[in-house]
Amino acid sequence: MYDVAIIGAGVAGTFIGRELSRYQLKILMIDRENDIGNETTAANSAIIHAGYDAKAKLLKGKFNAPGNAMYDEICDELDVPFKRIGSLVIGFDETDHKTIQGLYENGLKNNVPDMKILTHDEVLEMEPHLNDTVYSALYAPTAGIISPWELAIALAENAIENGAELKLETTVTDIKKEDGSYTIITDKGDYTAKYVINCAGVHTDTINNMVAEPYFKIRPKKGNYYVLDKGIDLVNHVIFQCPTDKGKGVLIAPTVHGNYLIGPDSEYVDDKDCVSTEAKCLEFVKEASLLSSTAIPYNKVIRSFAGLRANSDSGDFIIEEAKGARGFINVAGFESPGLSSIPAVAKYVVELVNSIAGGLTPKINFNPRRRKVVRFNELPEEEKKQLIKENPLYGKVICRCETVTEAEIIDCIHRKAGANSVKAVKKRVRPGAGRCQGGFCGPRVVEILARELGIDEADVPYDSTEAYILTGKTKNEE
Amino acid sequence: MENYDLVVIGGGPAGLAAAIEARNNSVQKILVIERDRELGGILQQCIHNGFGLHIFNEELSGPEYAGRFIAELMSMNIEYKLDTMVLDITNDKIIHAINQKDGYITIQAKAVILSMGCRERTAGAINIPGTRPSGVFTAGTAQRYINMEGYMVGKRVVILGSGDIGLIMARRMTLEGAKVLAVVEVLPFSGGLTRNIVQCLDDFNIPLYLSHTVINIKGNKRVEGVTIAEVDQNRKPIPGTEIDYDCDTLLLSVGLIPENELTVQAGAEIDPHTNGPLVNESMETSRDGIFACGNVVHVHDLVDFVTEESRRAGKGAAKYIQGKLSNNGQTFKTKPLNGVSYIVPQTVRLENVEKGLELFLRVRNVYKNVKLVMKGDDEVIKEIKKRNLAPGEMEHLTLPVDSIAGKSFEYLTIEVKEEA
Repeated sequence: MYDVAIIGAGVAGTFIGRELSRYQLKILMIDRENDIGNETTAANSAIIHAGYDAKAKLLKGKFNAPGNAMYDEICDELDVPFKRIGSLVIGFDETDHKTIQGLYENGLKNNVPDMKILTHDEVLEMEPHLNDTVYSALYAPTAGIISPWELAIALAENAIENGAELKLETTVTDIKKEDGSYTIITDKGDYTAKYVINCAGVHTDTINNMVAEPYFKIRPKKGNYYVLDKGIDLVNHVIFQCPTDKGKGVLIAPTVHGNYLIGPDSEYVDDKDCVSTEAKCLEFVKEASLLSSTAIPYNKVIRSFAGLRANSDSGDFIIEEAKGARGFINVAGFESPGLSSIPAVAKYVVELVNSIAGGLTPKINFNPRRRKVVRFNELPEEEKKQLIKENPLYGKVICRCETVTEAEIIDCIHRKAGANSVKAVKKRVRPGAGRCQGGFCGPRVVEILARELGIDEADVPYDSTEAYILTGKTKNEE
Repeated sequence: MENYDLVVIGGGPAGLAAAIEARNNSVQKILVIERDRELGGILQQCIHNGFGLHIFNEELSGPEYAGRFIAELMSMNIEYKLDTMVLDITNDKIIHAINQKDGYITIQAKAVILSMGCRERTAGAINIPGTRPSGVFTAGTAQRYINMEGYMVGKRVVILGSGDIGLIMARRMTLEGAKVLAVVEVLPFSGGLTRNIVQCLDDFNIPLYLSHTVINIKGNKRVEGVTIAEVDQNRKPIPGTEIDYDCDTLLLSVGLIPENELTVQAGAEIDPHTNGPLVNESMETSRDGIFACGNVVHVHDLVDFVTEESRRAGKGAAKYIQGKLSNNGQTFKTKPLNGVSYIVPQTVRLENVEKGLELFLRVRNVYKNVKLVMKGDDEVIKEIKKRNLAPGEMEHLTLPVDSIAGKSFEYLTIEVKEEA
């Protein structure tokens, strides 16, 4: 019997799992995917919003700015890449300027610090590659960029270090309400827990409906993005376009790894597992982005992708105990600014559990820090020398685009919540995330995974265990 | 800090030929740095034959062709380091590199030759719509799995792009028991060598769809199928022409990109037409004493031409080290005009050319019965009749020094001219 079962190991589930692991609780995190943070967490704008956007009366408005403020500490504790680079909402005419003033006013209500409205000249001084058509902008210095999946992985690792358990490729098929507990039925067996926290992203409505009356619906909106290569001088802040009646506009955002993201569009999809990109959507993103800057080098695109937003029909986050299901907490509708809000939301969920449980006992030996991740490429020469001396595998570069060494790959496989697939290695230490997209390093990563996990190369998956890469030996090798 | 006369970065066919030629021209302390486990570069995974017709007058496999140069390099006792990655090259030719054995090394070189080769254009770079499952490989990666690692990558295959590696892999996959359903090319002509279309597709009844492209990838885990469609003149898919294939694999052979991250770090200027460094007649980049050769400069069709060009780089570097390269005398630039996409070299100092000026170029389109016209500014220097020109086949011209010596012009232009 577990005290708490968390369904969904995206950034919401892992954040709550990690916060709950501060207390004397037996915790289980379940995900249907073969890795942490593999769905919405892995495909979004990777931005920690300042918090001026959502109305103060919404949970989105309540949690965003406080969540944002907590990011320095959590990323320091867990050694996750995070940069507070600030954001600009740029407008192109007097109407946009009024909207920007409205956002500023709303930001004040949400306690967003240090915002400023900039003139045309001030914007272009900060961002010389934006188009001259910029009229004015809202500058919010507290906005940041992050690697959301690395955050989720770090949270899961830290939660496990503090006693939580994780089951991957485990799909919840039903939940039975028992007397004072819930039995979670999965394709890998049944688990019983006193409290259940539903963090199942686009499937939170389905999970809710297994135990409670249906009262919200998730109808996801898909967004297509481009990823640009490194080494491009484009913008230094997150650049949003002023929302208009035509839509929210597309953004240009630097990433913590030195690339740029451009996107997203926004279209409802009925298939909740559909993350395919579409030519017309990518074309829309491209055209819309050129409004901000015609200097975007579209010949430097290294990848495009699409992700889903878990919008609820309520238009707000749903963070509450489900009606008629004591101890069953929904964390749903977690579209933007979900990522930005989650540190504050997780604290709130802990309070909910605390009040339902009638008090939680802190763990004396809780360790908020995880062992530092070596990012070889970012280190100064002297530290590189020292590392190779200590472990010669730091001298063996496997991924040439991102300069990832074999020692880093081996480490990410053997950590708690470690990598078990090529994509999981890519998410943790980045071989395959660069311009050659794994063309050169793919076979080497497969070889290292096979050796470290003690399996045949043909059994190393790209992602889920069904996503095989190799079909078997060639004729000569049989 | 270690000191070398010449450091060659990349131990593929370009680097090998350059190092050997530098030694033949009396350069003593040479180091070849290779990031892979063995010398020879991509040739080691090209187990088909067809290499060496120009250089050796015989058909060799890739490993055989590389093997001859590796043996020669070793017989000359030229030093090399394997599994060694260059992290940086500074303007003053200091090279930072790492490997397991030596750790972090810095080397001061008198001259550097860049021969890092090229990489394949990926699915991401061409934005194929659809899902992102496993089973989408560049042709070269598939070739490595099959020929080097001994593993097959799929059973039912569609190939996008008719570059040479794609054509070679269509045959290779077929011989390994896979069913290659189609090769799809967005252009109205193939980017590969004619001989490869005949020997790799026609001989195995594999259909080639010209002016077609992949418009969708299906499958959330492994590839389950692709949809292809015909494209119009603007390369936009034509509705109603879709064909669906059930397949587990999509191979891509959609172009090669010179790998010039180090070249840029070293401060050498890049030619937007080739995506490689600007070079002169001696294969020297815009950075003094930093030379480049092979596919890092421009993508070649035949390795034999890589060898030839790289020998020129090796000799140029030797002359540089010995202070024998001239910066004086007649100089001019080359400029591609109508129908020509690029010319290498981009600048020429004629005093450094011995007998003939070697020029490599590619054309933009397929042409029949045309002339390649070379002009010094506006004066015609030479006209060469060509029965066939195609973007997939590199043109190699030799211009005798006598024919241009003493003429003063700023640009040597080359253009395609249709016969009247």
